[in-house]
Amino acid sequence: MSRDEIIATTKRFLSEEFEVDENEILADNNLHETLDLDSLDYVDLVVVIEENLGFKPTADDFKAIDTFDDFYDLAERKFAETA
Amino acid sequence: MERRVVITGIGLYSCIGVGQDNVLDSLRNGKSGIIYDTQREEFGYRSCLTGMVDDPDLKPFLSRRERIGMHQPAMYAFMSTKEALEQAKLDIDFLEKNETGIIYGNDSTAGAVIETIDKVRSRKDTTLIGSGDIFQNMNCTVNMNLSTIYKLKGINITLSAACASGSHSIGMGYLMIKQGLQDRIICGGAQEINKYSMASFDGLGAFSINQSEPAKASRPFDKNRDGLVPSGGAATLVVESLESALERGAPILGEIIGYGFSSNGEHISNPNFDGQFRSLNMALKQANISSDVIDYVNAHATSTPVGDSMEAQAIHAVLGGKVPVSSTKGMTGHECWMAGASEVAYSLLMMENSFIAPNINFENPDEDSVKINVVPEYTEKNIDCFLSNSFGFGGTNSSLIIKKFVK
Repeated sequence: MSRDEIIATTKRFLSEEFEVDENEILADNNLHETLDLDSLDYVDLVVVIEENLGFKPTADDFKAIDTFDDFYDLAERKFAETA
Repeated sequence: MERRVVITGIGLYSCIGVGQDNVLDSLRNGKSGIIYDTQREEFGYRSCLTGMVDDPDLKPFLSRRERIGMHQPAMYAFMSTKEALEQAKLDIDFLEKNETGIIYGNDSTAGAVIETIDKVRSRKDTTLIGSGDIFQNMNCTVNMNLSTIYKLKGINITLSAACASGSHSIGMGYLMIKQGLQDRIICGGAQEINKYSMASFDGLGAFSINQSEPAKASRPFDKNRDGLVPSGGAATLVVESLESALERGAPILGEIIGYGFSSNGEHISNPNFDGQFRSLNMALKQANISSDVIDYVNAHATSTPVGDSMEAQAIHAVLGGKVPVSSTKGMTGHECWMAGASEVAYSLLMMENSFIAPNINFENPDEDSVKINVVPEYTEKNIDCFLSNSFGFGGTNSSLIIKKFVK
């Protein structure tokens, strides 16, 4: 999956699951704040990422992520590892 | 000092109507909420009849986080509670600042549990279940969801007592308020409607197989009844101290004056006369009234051969043969964990509007029902005081007496 495909897919499933406008999912926006995540929401975030992108981020992965761009970087790395 | 206890709001999410106005219309007209469910046919049910109400769309009312822990019992209960709170003039701001409890009847979450387990069977990874399922799976799902949504700060317990759950929830709420432990409690009952929830019950052969005419299948007290029809939804009642209701200017729909209860201590599914007799008598004693004060009995009668006969005998023994009796389950089917609450709400609507809802499909009495006054058609009647029976598996019995409020 290309980076553009990752971004398009991510915007779609995150906006559906967390009921936020796709226009708010901008590369430099903070992922945690934009999605308004509480501790339980991370459980659901893992589920939708696994369903849509095929990998399961760890707690450490989330700690290293601030922006959506950071997440796209992570997704690219995961795809590269399994390629 | 014991306090007077009143009801200040009701809400109904029922197969005979969503909301009080629609339910009232069905009660007046003897309208059935029973359908033939083709999903149950494919699933292997012996009887595919059920009361049916669609799952509500909660998106206009609740956030994703608030909805995610809800399956049918909590979804239905949210809708009925929303209506009850509005009628009682209660909002979240008031509830957050003024201690209010919730005692809600529920006795299964089969649909939610099976859907969760199917996910694990399919993915073999519990971390892919998601965060909401645990709150859907637990039997206290209604309490967990509603107490957090409405910011309730008082007593918070689920009441599981089979088909008497809803009735006991009102009874226990009544006792807590009467004793001064709470000012107001949200009471009620919820019953899931899905093919998983009633399969094992269907397997007992307890359901009517009169499937060619769904609206005629549930026939409480009728000689030709052949079993109950399962159903579901939710009913909520706001139970409150008289002082609190008057202070808030809330509408007073009725006053709870008696709560009788008992356990049969015998067979796990068969009803018995003695348990029902004791429950009825205890309610009268608690209410401190004689039996002739009761203007109407909303019977538990589910349309099973043994259960209805036993209740007819108990009503006859305690209240005699003159008091008008009807079972609304002819229209609704058996709303199980919800029934004890919904039937008090149905009866309150009858009391407010001076009529008795028909015991539909009562065409021929049997040797026991002939001894009591079963009302087969809509009947105009002033009701000042009514009694509502609920009996459940395991031999749990509950009888509530409610009268018109007089200062």
